[in-house]
Amino acid sequence: MNVTLRVWRQANASSEGRMVTYQVQDVSPDMSFLEMLDLLNEDLTVKGEEPVAFDHDCREGICGMCGVVINGTAHGRGNSPVPTTTCQLHMRSFEDGAVIDVEPWRAGPFPVIKDLVVDRGAFDRIIQAGGYVSVNTGAAPDAHANAVGKLKADRAFDAATCIGCGACVAACPNSSGMLFTAAKITHLAMLPQGQPERKLRIKNMIAQHDSEGFGGCTNIGECAEVCPKQIPFDTISQLNRDLIASLFSRDGK
Amino acid sequence: MTTTTKTARQKAEKTDAGADYFVVGEEIADAKAPAGPIEQKWAKRKFEAKLVNPANRRKLTVIIVGTGLAGGAAAASLGEAGYNVLNFCYQDSPRRAHSIAAQGGINAAKNYRNDNDSTFRLFYDTVKGGDYRARETNVYRLAEVSANIIDQCVAQGVPFAREYGGLLDNRSFGGVQVQRTFYARGQTGQQLLIGAYQALERQVAAGTVKMYARHEMLELIVVDGRARGIVTRDMVTGAIESHYADAVVLATGGYGNVFFLSTNAMGCNVTATWRAHRKGAYFGNPCYTQIHPTCIPVHGETQSKLTLMSESLRNDGRIWVPKRAEDCDKDPRQIAEADRDYYLERIYPAFGNLVPRDIASRQAKNMCDEGRGVGPAVKEFDHEGNERMVRRGVYLDFADAIGRLGKDGVAARYGNLFDMYAQITGENPYETPMRIYPAVHYTMGGLWVDYDLSSNIPGLYVTGEANFSDHGANRLGASALMQGLADGYFVLPNTINDYLAGAPFEKIDDTHPAAAEALASVKGRIEALLSVNGTRTVDSFHKELGHIMWEYCGMERTEEGLKTAIAKIDELREEFWRDVKVTGVNEDFNQTLERAGRVADFFELGRLMCVDALHRRESCGGHFRAESQTEDGEALRHDDEFLYVGAWEFTGTGEKPVLHKEPLEYNFIELKQRSYK
Amino acid sequence: MAVTGLIMIGFLLMHMYGNLKMFLGAEAFDHYAEWLKGDILYPLVPKGWFIWIFRAVMVASVVLHMYSAITLWKRAMDANPSAYQVKKQLAQTYSARTMRWGGIILAGLLIFHLAQFTVHSALVAGAYTTPYEMVVGEFRIWWMVLLYAIWIATVCMHVRHGFWSAFATLGANTSAKARAVLNGCAWAVALLLYIGFMIMPVAVFFGWIN
Repeated sequence: MNVTLRVWRQANASSEGRMVTYQVQDVSPDMSFLEMLDLLNEDLTVKGEEPVAFDHDCREGICGMCGVVINGTAHGRGNSPVPTTTCQLHMRSFEDGAVIDVEPWRAGPFPVIKDLVVDRGAFDRIIQAGGYVSVNTGAAPDAHANAVGKLKADRAFDAATCIGCGACVAACPNSSGMLFTAAKITHLAMLPQGQPERKLRIKNMIAQHDSEGFGGCTNIGECAEVCPKQIPFDTISQLNRDLIASLFSRDGK
Repeated sequence: MTTTTKTARQKAEKTDAGADYFVVGEEIADAKAPAGPIEQKWAKRKFEAKLVNPANRRKLTVIIVGTGLAGGAAAASLGEAGYNVLNFCYQDSPRRAHSIAAQGGINAAKNYRNDNDSTFRLFYDTVKGGDYRARETNVYRLAEVSANIIDQCVAQGVPFAREYGGLLDNRSFGGVQVQRTFYARGQTGQQLLIGAYQALERQVAAGTVKMYARHEMLELIVVDGRARGIVTRDMVTGAIESHYADAVVLATGGYGNVFFLSTNAMGCNVTATWRAHRKGAYFGNPCYTQIHPTCIPVHGETQSKLTLMSESLRNDGRIWVPKRAEDCDKDPRQIAEADRDYYLERIYPAFGNLVPRDIASRQAKNMCDEGRGVGPAVKEFDHEGNERMVRRGVYLDFADAIGRLGKDGVAARYGNLFDMYAQITGENPYETPMRIYPAVHYTMGGLWVDYDLSSNIPGLYVTGEANFSDHGANRLGASALMQGLADGYFVLPNTINDYLAGAPFEKIDDTHPAAAEALASVKGRIEALLSVNGTRTVDSFHKELGHIMWEYCGMERTEEGLKTAIAKIDELREEFWRDVKVTGVNEDFNQTLERAGRVADFFELGRLMCVDALHRRESCGGHFRAESQTEDGEALRHDDEFLYVGAWEFTGTGEKPVLHKEPLEYNFIELKQRSYK
Repeated sequence: MAVTGLIMIGFLLMHMYGNLKMFLGAEAFDHYAEWLKGDILYPLVPKGWFIWIFRAVMVASVVLHMYSAITLWKRAMDANPSAYQVKKQLAQTYSARTMRWGGIILAGLLIFHLAQFTVHSALVAGAYTTPYEMVVGEFRIWWMVLLYAIWIATVCMHVRHGFWSAFATLGANTSAKARAVLNGCAWAVALLLYIGFMIMPVAVFFGWIN
């Protein structure tokens, strides 16, 4: 099959970008979307043009490195029958002759580095603000010291599957990083190990989230819709609940 | 069964094979493991190691390259201890390291199941799984600290699978008879890595670790025989920078991408360890690669990577190919039972579809080589370099299982794997048999290290998959995660102090001749890559190298094939430096340049792998030499000749490497030849 | 945002209930209007004070609600400086999408509504002697009914997303099921308000109330 791509090209963070049209021929329906971009890049390289820069690594949907907006939806969710990362979206989801728009995540806290590559360091800084349990290596009690009920363990797990790809921010009309933040809050809030720092953690993480310049959540739900790992939307409510509780708690700062 | 004596013919080959390719040097030994009973060695070593006063630690800098389980855990732990840590990764965030992709689980000798498990049994299973090519002392320690890993991870909030009573669940994994594997659905690697990542970010916030994401290590700085720093390229700006430290730790993972197609992430590469090797670090057992039998097959030439499916699928799926090559393009459901060859059940009636990974892999290749593979035909090159189209896939059929358990029963066990298969291939595995094919998965080889995880360059430590230490010639399932975290959390932080106690060392900066030389060589190399301006893309070279490696240094290796491969690699490498096309400039985000540098190093590594495979005229673990097999076609070890670690010293590109043998001593476990008939 | 929004939804429900007193006749409605300005909470507060306390709470709610909305809006604008060339929403409802401009429109009409029925400076039908007469007079005008039909529609759409969103923000969205229940309730409240508010003007217009 053949497709027409309209790809965002931007030389670096400070330059202006624009959409550039390319034809990609002999695309196999079994190719992943990124393999199709590889094909385009091989072609551009042979012609002596600069290939399109895009982030990717594991190509099996778990590292969270890849992510572009395809036809207006993060990871091409609008074209995929199931929640997906960009690397697991396959060309059989498109028709022969399709015109496909490809853009980077767009959000103030995710500045474009080049073409489709953005800087998601803000996510790391949110984790640095408190997305952990303070336990030094060697200081752990026996793993069976605390039992965790199945329901809470499962809920913690559902939230912990976040891969930090940033699709939630890319899809959010407010550019809010709330689903990402809420996933970590909920993961640790459900476990006994997360309790001592629970109140402090949420205050610090929210403060960092806001200072990074992410927007606020208005409960629209685009984030959970495009999330490749289906982080439950209700984690955000868990975050809100803990945040309210932290305002009335002496544990917090 | 005990070791078979070798034939006169094999003896005759011994003298000439390899003489053209390498030189044998002095034997080496691990000098750090203390004497005494094996269960006391680690405690003894920890007691004997010199300590660094907590107040002095912040004056000492440690560079750690890599943020996976081995690197991230080490960075967090050394940060907690108070050292000044500089941590580097090529990804945009430390959370993306490829440890994240491990599915199955992590072993630990907790004996929570009261099923005769113990430290000694985990030690025994790991040594046996490694086909008796691992160092006993290291493996025993790995088993010893395994229980602490689970405690540590649970305390960090890693959501391991639990039972209704709230306690941790265990399963049996990789063919062992005890239930010692802890898991987190099919995402154990991800959850463990996020645990280490959180601990790491805590130290970044505390200021003990400085994180350099999107930085790739391109050179090791060695001053007066000590590892003192690295040269990196900032992958966003292209800035070439030197970083100095009192010790350097490489935790940069495996080199499976030398095969181009593997289950590794696209960015996984050998550059960091290869650069260290070029600076004098020995490379141990480079030919030991693990090939996993149940991956999703190649769909065509544009395939960029392979995806693994848990081998638990073989518990209920039956593997077959058509008996006749002309049936291969038929709809498998139309092929009558009598026309199917359930070859594993036929050849190995006792183990059937559950034979070990390497046997299942090799037989799948044999079937496809016979022309009985299924699925799309993929372009390949035969031994003469002629293009040919070969179907690379065998069926993994669940029709019986669905008949026995019902569709729901199968879905309950394998639903997520079936969904993954359907998403990637667009086929419904409940209706048509899955197609599988082996893929390179893990590399047991790596930089040589002693009991302290120190390479032969003082101050250079190597942890995780990047070193060669614990898995011998083959790795047991669910042991990779265990090793990475054992090294990072518990081993390195208790051994590196012995070296750092001698620090601080002479202060160095960019003006030091060794540092200036390293920086200049990196710049020169980048310039060289950019100035070739040829006609072929980096990927096309990488793919061709991958073909050569897969064909001659993959599942089955022969003397003739390996020699052919070495010649082909030399030729291709020469062509690469003459005709590669690298677009753009250094001072930019330039992914083509990144890949070009990595592929250049893969050529040199690939050659060394072939030399190592050529010299090891025995079959062991993941290394199968066609010349060394029993009458039944089984792998045959030669413990009398090859009971050693092959540690290679670099002497120059195109020069013969020097082989240093580290003899392996088995004082606590008896050597046995395996049999699966 | 959530708390002030819920206060206002509470007020709307009460206001709607009061409006329905029109169906009980002039005396009941006028007495109700009188009572509102009379001795509620007396003697805790002097007579006639309650309505001013109540108005103060409402004004504060409106101001805080708008302040929060503007802050959120500004943060969103700052966070997303460069718009997508192509953007498709998958989950957003029409009511969620129109919260901001819808909020501005309904606030504008709120000013007219207050000028009309509270301050009495924008009465279209002219002078009156009782509140009941005033309401009947105004809603005899066809375009006034139409205007209110549109306005209440914008209010109810705002409530549709606002009600669910307020509870989600307060932590009540605890599961996928809770989300469905909250959204169901939001629809129910929005529809109730629309019917409850519009049935009276329509009745007036068609002369069922006179």
